[in-house]
Amino acid sequence: MLMRFTEEQLMIRDMVREFTEKEVAPRDKWMDENGFDRALYDRLCTTGLTGVHFPEEYGGAGCDAVTSTIVIHELSKGSASLALALDISWVASDMILHHGTQTQKDKYLPLAAEGKIFAFGLTEASAGSDAARIQTTAVKDADGWWVLNGGKSWITNSGVADYYILMAITDRSKGAKGISAFIVPKETEGLIIGKHEEKMGMRGSSTCELSFDAMRLPPDALLSSEGMGFKIAMQGLDGGRISVAAISCGLAEHAFELAKAYANERITFGKPIAKHQAIQFKFADMATDLTAMQMMTYNAAEVKASGKRHTLEAAEAKLFCSTRCTQICLECLQIHGGNGYSKEFDVERFVRDSKLLEIGEGTSEILRMVIGGTVLGK
Amino acid sequence: MKILVFIKQVPDTEDVKLDPRTGNLQREGVKSILNPLDANAIECAMQLKARYGATVVAISMGPPQADAVLKKALALGCDESCLLSDRAFGGADTLATSYTLAKAAEKIGDYDLLLFGRHATDGDTAQTGPATAAWLGIPQITLATSLDVRDGWVVCTREIEDRIETVRAKLPTAVTVCDTINEPEYPTPKNIMKALKKPRYVWNAADLGADTRLTGIPGSPSSTKTVFEPPKGNTDTRYFEGSPAEIAVQFVDMLEREHAL
Ligand SMILES: Cc1cc2nc3c(=O)[nH]c(=O)nc-3n(C[C@H](O)[C@H](O)[C@H](O)COP(=O)(O)OP(=O)(O)OC[C@H]3O[C@@H](n4cnc5c(N)ncnc54)[C@H](O)[C@@H]3O)c2cc1C
Repeated sequence: MLMRFTEEQLMIRDMVREFTEKEVAPRDKWMDENGFDRALYDRLCTTGLTGVHFPEEYGGAGCDAVTSTIVIHELSKGSASLALALDISWVASDMILHHGTQTQKDKYLPLAAEGKIFAFGLTEASAGSDAARIQTTAVKDADGWWVLNGGKSWITNSGVADYYILMAITDRSKGAKGISAFIVPKETEGLIIGKHEEKMGMRGSSTCELSFDAMRLPPDALLSSEGMGFKIAMQGLDGGRISVAAISCGLAEHAFELAKAYANERITFGKPIAKHQAIQFKFADMATDLTAMQMMTYNAAEVKASGKRHTLEAAEAKLFCSTRCTQICLECLQIHGGNGYSKEFDVERFVRDSKLLEIGEGTSEILRMVIGGTVLGK
Repeated sequence: MKILVFIKQVPDTEDVKLDPRTGNLQREGVKSILNPLDANAIECAMQLKARYGATVVAISMGPPQADAVLKKALALGCDESCLLSDRAFGGADTLATSYTLAKAAEKIGDYDLLLFGRHATDGDTAQTGPATAAWLGIPQITLATSLDVRDGWVVCTREIEDRIETVRAKLPTAVTVCDTINEPEYPTPKNIMKALKKPRYVWNAADLGADTRLTGIPGSPSSTKTVFEPPKGNTDTRYFEGSPAEIAVQFVDMLEREHAL
């Protein structure tokens, strides 16, 4: 692939690759069985990668969106779960980067850069795709404090996060424009971490329900201004979707490499299965998809890095990459035959991990609505 | 304190195979990496820099591509890099290499500590560090497993077969470090972003004022005749049977017969 990465980007890529091979990939199976790996995440923080794209004045390395995409892409070759945890943490903390007041930026961004975990809470039990229909309310009390009541579902990093960015209704009459965003530290009274989801895949990332019982927040917990929450969330998801596309690339490439090694080793009918045309054609299709996936992902990242709106590119990249990733993981399982169906082989886990990529941060159906609406509206 | 760290680009030994016909290393398509032990030397310099403050200069002799390991050294936190590159340096053995490295150290001057990895994973001689110290006429400590600098002295521990010794030498001194001395860190994104903006020098023989009769092939009294894999499969395996105590007796008897005891 002819991606014109800068020399620094290539050095960061090599560094993440080395870290992923040595320290991340060996932990992925453990995480699948045991859940989020705090020690590994702490290690990730000491590498400085968690702050890669934050401006230097906040303790980051000042890299662009292409570089942060490289980080997610490479990490997901070792663990899609870990990459997802970092992706969501960035989605949430970037909301402060792009919409926070100077005081909020000064307070939270250095923490985000050093690796404090952030979570993003939009989805509720009765509002997923239809996110503007959330029910959680935030009401101002006599002292000007906000009081939140309600709950969230499917919140990645919940239970392990240090800070939550939560969406709540401040003015029901205004629909989506009546939603506001709040910054909530984990120790806030009234923030209750609920049921931990027993997920099919991505089990190395923590996902729980949250509920808010008269949770009081100071006035400066409001991110940006009243009514901006939905816009902040949608913009945040534009960035997150590029990361999900990158995770799709990394996970699919990892599956591809394992299947390739297996196909060259496994002998049937007197030759390695890689020499059977039916298997070769699978690799041809997968390799072609992978090239397209990488190009779409980095194209979207480059549009974002250039400062332009990237809603369309991000949605297209996520739709294509996540769909292809699931298919590639399934094909790689198929290439492993019966072994592929065993937990002893990693592809089984990859198949389970991959499906989330078509659901989280906008389902494929919703992305088609975004893309269709945009291209037809043009 | 000024620390010079000498580093080398080597083929990734995990990838290297010998060509069974020619006996040469098959370098085709093999990744080039920073000699793993040199990463320990760099980490050692970084720890001293963090503790006492230091300017750390990374130096490598090699073809222009060897600049890649110097960039990595800068990304790991070294302050400056020097690439010693000249056709006249090509084909050097450890004597010619150490002469060239010593000339670079002289050119930089004011050095307090010279750090080397214990050996390079390609040549495996462990001679270059000590020989560089000899050319410069400074003390050397080899196989260091710990290192600290106190009041103008460098203090190291060395793990020898049957004991651990603590030695010290007055600065400037050259030290070769073992891989157990520390756990090399990854370059951080912040340091990577700064790396290419740091001073990076490229010096040839003339820049060093080096005598080209002492560099490269002319300066190399040794050369490699053949490289071969040690023959496999001729190890003498013996099996003992019986209870653990009986096996122990048979084993000791054998060692005595073979004059190993
Ligand atoms: C592992 C995991 C992690 C998650 N992490 C987070 C997180 O960190 N923060 C957060 O806020 N949310 C998170 N989510 C929630 C996720 O974003 C939602 O699950 C997703 O948006 C879909 O919402 P839903 O589950 O309510 O499905 P529904 O909205 O009920 O959709 C059900 C099905 O109907 C389809 N559908 C819905 N509406 C339409 C339509 N108009 N036209 C056609 N088809 C439609 C959907 O595509 C889907 O196939 C996570 C989910 C999972 C599984």
